Amino acid sequence: MRLSTAAVLMGLLALVVASFVSLDLQWAAFLGPDALASMGRFAVGFFPPETAPAFLAKTGWALLETLAMSAIGTALAVVGGLLLALPAAGSGMPRAASRLVLNVLRSVPELVWAVLLLIMAGLGPLPGTLALALHTSGVLGRLFAESFENAPPAAALALRQRGVGPGRVWLFATLPQTLPQLASYTLYRWENNIRAASVLGVVGAGGLGQMLAYHLGLFQMHETCTVLIAMMLLVALVDALSWSLRRSLTR
Amino acid sequence: MTRDPALGGRWALLLIALVLAWPLLVLAEFKPWTLFDERSLRATGRFLGEFFPPRMDAEFLALLARETWRTVAIATAGLTLALLIAVPTALLATSRLSASTLEGRPGPSRWLRRAVRALLVALRSIPELVWALVFVRVVGLGPTSGVLAIAIAYGGMLGKVYAEILESADPAPTQALLCGGSGRLQALGFGTLPSCLPELLSYTVYRWECAVRSSVALGFVGAGGLGQLLDSASKMFAGAEVSAILLVFIALVMASDAFSRWLRGRLA
Repeated sequence: MRLSTAAVLMGLLALVVASFVSLDLQWAAFLGPDALASMGRFAVGFFPPETAPAFLAKTGWALLETLAMSAIGTALAVVGGLLLALPAAGSGMPRAASRLVLNVLRSVPELVWAVLLLIMAGLGPLPGTLALALHTSGVLGRLFAESFENAPPAAALALRQRGVGPGRVWLFATLPQTLPQLASYTLYRWENNIRAASVLGVVGAGGLGQMLAYHLGLFQMHETCTVLIAMMLLVALVDALSWSLRRSLTR
Repeated sequence: MTRDPALGGRWALLLIALVLAWPLLVLAEFKPWTLFDERSLRATGRFLGEFFPPRMDAEFLALLARETWRTVAIATAGLTLALLIAVPTALLATSRLSASTLEGRPGPSRWLRRAVRALLVALRSIPELVWALVFVRVVGLGPTSGVLAIAIAYGGMLGKVYAEILESADPAPTQALLCGGSGRLQALGFGTLPSCLPELLSYTVYRWECAVRSSVALGFVGAGGLGQLLDSASKMFAGAEVSAILLVFIALVMASDAFSRWLRGRLA
């Protein structure tokens, strides 16, 4: 036991050393005096942020677009997750098949889905929304399936013994029992998706991220700074809201 | 069959939800039918048609293997550097090791703790993709930007969570040691760590798994690895390459998932 723990630790150490050695990292480009000076100039160049009312309004709309993308993506994911969770909480072939689909949906991150969907849907918020929906369907579907399986079985059994069909058993016994849990999973994922939606645009999928990539690409630093501040505000707002909501719910 | 008494209310709720969703749908330019017009259907069809069979020649497989290792290496090196940020800041940010709180009133060092916490929030609030985007602009393409981006964003995240884990542990052993006159590092090592170590390690391993996934995403902005390969392949509409990369990527995520679960089981 002791020996194999030591072996695991040695293995991890080897992984870390091999990573650093094989990557050929250019520390000089980052930490040399020239590099630090240019980094400093770059950072100073961000200030002051652009505050022209027209640009602020544009940033505000992009922020709203980010919020809308995350909300619709999450809503679609609830539908998709429920459709996949029902067979995944069942038995036999449908269970295995839907679990495989859920795993694939979940293991591909939003950003990768977005890059693939860009080819099919073109630039704009639509591929971003769909990318959020696909990844989140995988996550929520798995969580939903688990809570259906863990729901107390008595109510469902009582209905089934009276000859009620499986659809109605789910609708009137399992769903009401698990609804609070499903709602809290959905809120948690929505919070995650707001954060994800703000960076999805970097590959061209709309929202604040698209503005960031655009202005940074043109080296318009003041505009970039405004967009960055908007992003940080959005994340801080969501953090604060979810923190206070959680506190009021657990108290 | 009797009528469902709650039916009316449910339809009304659904209707209200749809009315509320309308402005959101307009704002997000949600027009899924554009996916099905003739031109995009043709592009999609051609792209997906090339998915099978995935490109499997030896040269491409060697490239894939090299980039996969790079993805894992960026995540591992980034997380290692993140630990260098997270461990000292977590120790500074936690009030558990503060001798002045023993007397019941916080001393002047609480300002230091607040400053460190604010620093951690700042590191965390900019996503790693944005850090990478900025670094790539300053020093050019390459894995160094990816490693630094993960180090900074994950350093902030780990530092905060480490401090929380340290503070959620039973305070009695640590306080007993501090009252008995032991040093802070001794109190940490013998009072706090024994009960928190499994949780700290398992959270770190879980974050490594997340770092592997996000190091793929960092490739999209030019930080190397599988993401960069996927980005260039999909820009060239090379369906066979995209499907091969996706298969490798899904396998990598599932493997790192399994490895992290096994390791957490070992460490716990």
